[in-house]
Amino acid sequence: MLIEIRKKPFNAYTEMQCYLDSLDIAGHYGATANFVGTMRDFNEDKKVTYMTLEHYPGMTEKHLDAIAKSASEKWNLLDVLILHRIGKVKIGEDIVLVATWSAHRKDAFESCRAIMEQLKSGAPFWKKEETNSGAKWVEKNTPGY
Amino acid sequence: MQVSVKYFASLRELVGEASSVIDVEENTPVSELWQSIIESKNIEFDNVMMAVNMEYVKSEYQLKSGDEVAFFPPVTGG
Repeated sequence: MLIEIRKKPFNAYTEMQCYLDSLDIAGHYGATANFVGTMRDFNEDKKVTYMTLEHYPGMTEKHLDAIAKSASEKWNLLDVLILHRIGKVKIGEDIVLVATWSAHRKDAFESCRAIMEQLKSGAPFWKKEETNSGAKWVEKNTPGY
Repeated sequence: MQVSVKYFASLRELVGEASSVIDVEENTPVSELWQSIIESKNIEFDNVMMAVNMEYVKSEYQLKSGDEVAFFPPVTGG
């Protein structure tokens, strides 16, 4: 299991492959599920030029760790990877990656979704968007279900 | 006794500081601490989230000496 907060841009697909290559689960996993969240150039009818992501050092990592461990207890998982950006994020850059590996698709699909939704609703991150009408804190996340 | 208090995101900007150390009586509910802060700062803030020692707590949580309390707006990561 790997959970990291990243200050610099990352490519989610490269990260996923690199992490998979570092594991010794070939032959054991038959399913990979992932979610990648990427920076848009719009939100609620406003043009967004960039975004700043803040977190609560210590609590954010602790919370993500608890989410991943809880998922590992509920589903039969071989591994979990969670990466999340902080700092200034530009258009098109990846914000979040959640990836899960399991023998069968049910565990990978369901755990990936659950981790992502729990991250959205509870992990202490906050977005401030720079828009054509000034900077604005995002007040809430859109529902995932 | 003393507790440390942290504020994040829009709330930090509203309060005007990232952290402070505040004197409270032992076993004060965290909701009372929050009420005293918004009254002393003369601010209004809906939907505040509360954590103590980096874990979410309910508003009735009773504070202990040395607790790290955090107040922040709804989270918007991902």
